[in-house]
Amino acid sequence: MKQEYTITIYTENQIGLLNRIAIIFSRRKISIESFNTSPTESDSVYRFTIVINETEDVVKKLCKQIEKQVEVLKAYYNTNDEIVWQEMGLFKVPADIIAAKVPVERLLREYGAKAVVIRNDYIVFETTGHREEIEKLINALEPYGLIEFVRSARVAIIKNSKGFHDKLKEFEKSEPAEELIENEFLNQQEEVFSM
Amino acid sequence: MNAELNTIELSESKKTITPSVEVESNISGSVAVLEALIAENVQTIFGYPGGAIMPIYDALYDYTNKLEHILVRHEQGSIHAAQGFARTSGKVGVVFATSGPGATNLVTGLADAMIDSTPLVCITGQVFAHLLGTDAFQETDIINITTPVTKWNYQITDATEIPHVLAKAFYIAKTGRPGPVLIDITKNAQLQKFNYNGYKKCNHIRSYRPKPIVRKEYIEQAAQLINQAKKPFVIFGQGVILGKAEKEFTQFIEKGGIPSAWTIMGMSAIPTTHPLGVGMLGMHGNYAPNVLTNECDVLIAIGMRFDDRVTGRLDKYAKQAQIIHFDIDPAEIDKNVKTTIPVWGDCKETLPLLTQLIEKKNHNAWLQQFRELEKKEIEKVIHDELNPKDETMTMGEVIKTINELTNGNAIIVTDVGQHQMVACRYAKMNHSKSNITSGGLGTMGFGLPAAIGAKYGDTKKTVIAIIGDGGIQMTIQELGTIMQFNIDVKILILNNQFLGMVRQWQQLFHEKRYSFVNITSPDYVQVAKGYGIIGSSISKREDLKTALQNMLQHNGSYLLEVMVGKENNVFPMVPQGKGVAEIVLTKEEI
Repeated sequence: MKQEYTITIYTENQIGLLNRIAIIFSRRKISIESFNTSPTESDSVYRFTIVINETEDVVKKLCKQIEKQVEVLKAYYNTNDEIVWQEMGLFKVPADIIAAKVPVERLLREYGAKAVVIRNDYIVFETTGHREEIEKLINALEPYGLIEFVRSARVAIIKNSKGFHDKLKEFEKSEPAEELIENEFLNQQEEVFSM
Repeated sequence: MNAELNTIELSESKKTITPSVEVESNISGSVAVLEALIAENVQTIFGYPGGAIMPIYDALYDYTNKLEHILVRHEQGSIHAAQGFARTSGKVGVVFATSGPGATNLVTGLADAMIDSTPLVCITGQVFAHLLGTDAFQETDIINITTPVTKWNYQITDATEIPHVLAKAFYIAKTGRPGPVLIDITKNAQLQKFNYNGYKKCNHIRSYRPKPIVRKEYIEQAAQLINQAKKPFVIFGQGVILGKAEKEFTQFIEKGGIPSAWTIMGMSAIPTTHPLGVGMLGMHGNYAPNVLTNECDVLIAIGMRFDDRVTGRLDKYAKQAQIIHFDIDPAEIDKNVKTTIPVWGDCKETLPLLTQLIEKKNHNAWLQQFRELEKKEIEKVIHDELNPKDETMTMGEVIKTINELTNGNAIIVTDVGQHQMVACRYAKMNHSKSNITSGGLGTMGFGLPAAIGAKYGDTKKTVIAIIGDGGIQMTIQELGTIMQFNIDVKILILNNQFLGMVRQWQQLFHEKRYSFVNITSPDYVQVAKGYGIIGSSISKREDLKTALQNMLQHNGSYLLEVMVGKENNVFPMVPQGKGVAEIVLTKEEI
């Protein structure tokens, strides 16, 4: 049975790894619902959080393929009840209508939203929570001329992850990461002779 | 040129360079590449120069006493040759190609090496780092193009990276489950002088675990299952060869007295005449191992990956059996077939542990079941294929005659199609690494260049490239390489004037609608002659043995074309969508 799974991947910081991971999904024509990259509690280790809708069997195989990549340390998959997760939405709405027709305060309280910017012409609200909660606020604001909406990728903490955290710390202590080398020459087009 | 070097050195001076440990000298990135190859004990490079890799070729000019460079005729030829080299030598194959089209021409070979786990390091030139992303002349994003078909790839834009990145490349290519690695080096990095601290081989990468930890409890459970089994059956793949575990494997099957069948990639890990060898698995494999896969009680898979050409329909595959799967790649366990007991690890380590724990046994009655079914296959298929009654020659009798003349001591390189299946079904092989073929990808055009590399990988053995009239025309330009470097490859073209395998399917499954399978051939003997290669063509049975003898005894390369039956089919066959036990021996059964 297909359901929502959150995949958490611990990796090295390496250019091109994002693509290596993304194509594991696209090769199988699996749509990615949400994709986030983030640092971790360990300086040199990075974390991908990917949400997909699939069966457990498929997700398990995907994780094995992901772990096979040279720069991947570990890949976990979890159902929604095994994680604490949040997404964030930003909403831009015209100030005049909101001020005139919708009591802003009620909205903020009801949806746990926060006004990030208040200007004469528009207001930007922010809300954080599960997807359904964010969607509720969209519905509430839609009639009042929602100008722009954006939702962030999911970030998730695995409830039962203490063991891995210790390993990660130990891992980082035992061996430093390699330095990431970027292209230093891109702005030197006019200085360098080429054939 | 000076202006260029100056700017590069200027930017270099901003970086801190770690003090020298061993060798402190100022060398170019290109020289560092060649030094790395020498440190990795590379002797042969297959390649083709071009604009963006010119600095490396310029450096190579002074290294011709240490490194041998084989100039191919197309980059696809270079990578297939490197594959052939890797497969017969057990070492890493090395390829040089330039940016853009040079690099994209490697893609088929990378995909082939990826799916057949062949260790390669491909070095491609790239435009100057400051031109990346500008659609520069011969610029192609080869890193992203090759990501799905490489085990690892990396772009170097700064020469200081070269020694340790190449060390990583070799380490990744050859350890764990081997595979192709591509290193793309921008031209500025090839030219850049830097303070060289010597080359250190890589033996560890913190995020990379080439070998899973061997779990003894699973080996114990496996041994227990095997000891209790009445009808154990071993199926093995290239993992045995890649793991250099032929001896350990033989000891295991001999102690357990277990009938063993090979996949196309596993062929030659044990001699084809081994008393416990029961033939090849798969769509055109032998009858007995396919049928009895669905009768064994314990199926022991070693270094194989349950390809769909081996399993047929999965819901009809070995459902009665308990399955033990040995593999170095954890992603293979449970990928296609659910395992009862997974044994992760390098089979060179796991097999001896298992052999210790199993009881010495024989399963003569069970083995006899294989022999009985084999008789049926001989009677219905093999006998007529090897001893045809009508005038036209069969591919099978050609292989039979080769067996008589080489006695199983030659390396057989095949292309893809009917001739490949026939060669793998009937060729006799006494030594490991004798069967070089494109198994997973099925790359037509693989045969000729792979044979070139195979010869460099094992110079002492006779190399016979068996190729169809379709495949030879895909990479026929490599005759030029054979000519230029005097490579002793015996080229045997089995010409049925059709793209035979596709024609067979059109006959069997598409009401004989022969859609574009009728392929014409040039006069191969004349073509060979143009390349200075002696050749002959035969179409009569009475000439076969002499012609093959002439080919094999000739000192140097030789091309022999044998005209075979136009519409012969390869049987037995597991039709697509059928289970392994539904294998058919004749076309009437389809």
